[in-house]
Amino acid sequence: MRVTHWLTFVAFLALLVTGIEIVISHPRFYWGETGNVNMRPLFTIPIAASRDTVPTGYGYVMPDQNGWSRYLHFQSAWLLVLTGAAYLIAGFWTGHFRKNLWPQAGNRGWRAYRARMAQYLRRAPPDPAETRSYNVLQRTAYLSIVFILFPLVIWTGLALSPAFDSAFPWAVNLLGGRQSARTLHFFVSAALFVFLLVHVAMVALTGFRNRMRGMITGRIRETEERP
Amino acid sequence: MSQISRRKLIITGLAAAAGGSGLAVAARLAGMYGLVPPDHGGLYGPGETLTYAAHRLLTSHSLAREFPRSMISKIPFRNETAPPSDEYKLHQASGFRDWRLVVDGMVAHPLSLSISDLRSMPHRNQITEIACEEGWSYIAEWIGTPLHEVLKEAGVHPDVRYIAYFSMEKDWWDSIDMADALHPQTYLTWGMNDGDLPVGFGAPLRLRVPRQLGYKSVKYVVRLTATDSMKKFGKGLGASAPEAGYAWYAGI
Repeated sequence: MRVTHWLTFVAFLALLVTGIEIVISHPRFYWGETGNVNMRPLFTIPIAASRDTVPTGYGYVMPDQNGWSRYLHFQSAWLLVLTGAAYLIAGFWTGHFRKNLWPQAGNRGWRAYRARMAQYLRRAPPDPAETRSYNVLQRTAYLSIVFILFPLVIWTGLALSPAFDSAFPWAVNLLGGRQSARTLHFFVSAALFVFLLVHVAMVALTGFRNRMRGMITGRIRETEERP
Repeated sequence: MSQISRRKLIITGLAAAAGGSGLAVAARLAGMYGLVPPDHGGLYGPGETLTYAAHRLLTSHSLAREFPRSMISKIPFRNETAPPSDEYKLHQASGFRDWRLVVDGMVAHPLSLSISDLRSMPHRNQITEIACEEGWSYIAEWIGTPLHEVLKEAGVHPDVRYIAYFSMEKDWWDSIDMADALHPQTYLTWGMNDGDLPVGFGAPLRLRVPRQLGYKSVKYVVRLTATDSMKKFGKGLGASAPEAGYAWYAGI
């Protein structure tokens, strides 16, 4: 189980870096089926591009890194998908999702969310039970990552494959077209990146060494907890 | 650390051996059924092979999406190409009258076809999207002679596995497997949007492969070679693209 976390981490980091490199070759986003420099973009990222065919306003062309970025992007995507499949099977098999991620009985209403949110905002120390378990906000965040954001990022990514779309045209048509799929792929990736930042910040705040030990070896020292 | 029991060790060992031999068998089978791309070596080989094999199993006969005429892009984007050579300029000046498409390699009847020869063969049109690896795309109507018509006339040897194709532009060549070469939407394109194919889009002849990214649709095509192996061409990676770091298979 823990090994899937770190494989996902490696794959996600590679996907993130190579994804940014690919965006640099055309830092313009569109909505609908088609989009190119002869069309009005939905928005642009104000950076120089790695292609001189893209008008960015900078008199500078970034180095082209697309070749290896694309090879690594798709290889990492395979690692992510295969690891994700193993994680899902293990998660259902061992009851990890039911026991550790599905909000506990009595914790499924808005009140539970509000209460735990207030506890964060007051900077009140976590309940002792949270050393070894997740609170309702953490559970919801993890469930959303596993069952909403990762499936979405995989779907929107696959929708960018012309061969995949030829076999499964609904995959791209449901998203509103190729360029919509690309734009959504960008936003879902950004959401996953925000999760990564918050996730790492939380690990750091609750004692980086102890939490990292927990994430790698599965052992946690209870006394080292800090609020 | 927990104690590693003998049973655990034996089970892990057996699983690793089974996994290892399973992979070897899978690799052998994949090679036999044409599921390994020419650029399968190197660091990114496993990912490329997985993608190509998965696509060949899932998408062999699927058709690229076609669009209504109303969705044709108003101003298609003309991507950069190298400045035309003197030889090309001469062809352009004569309206490509003397342009020849040579079909050679493992064929029963090598051919040399002019554009008007191609136009007199059965031809078709499709309204499909061309998408660049950079992210942009446009939709156009492509008019041309399906590649399989030309291959039928040339009489391709049954051992042929790839059709290599070469541009007049220096160092620009590529190849596709037979699934794409015989695919009904793979055209030798000479018309675009109700007119002749414009120079910027590959006049007089562009091989259009709509189930792959734009860079597989090579412009200014002068030669097709039927072959059983891509090892004999260039560095053996199947195209000039992988020599520049880009994947041979662009169906992603």
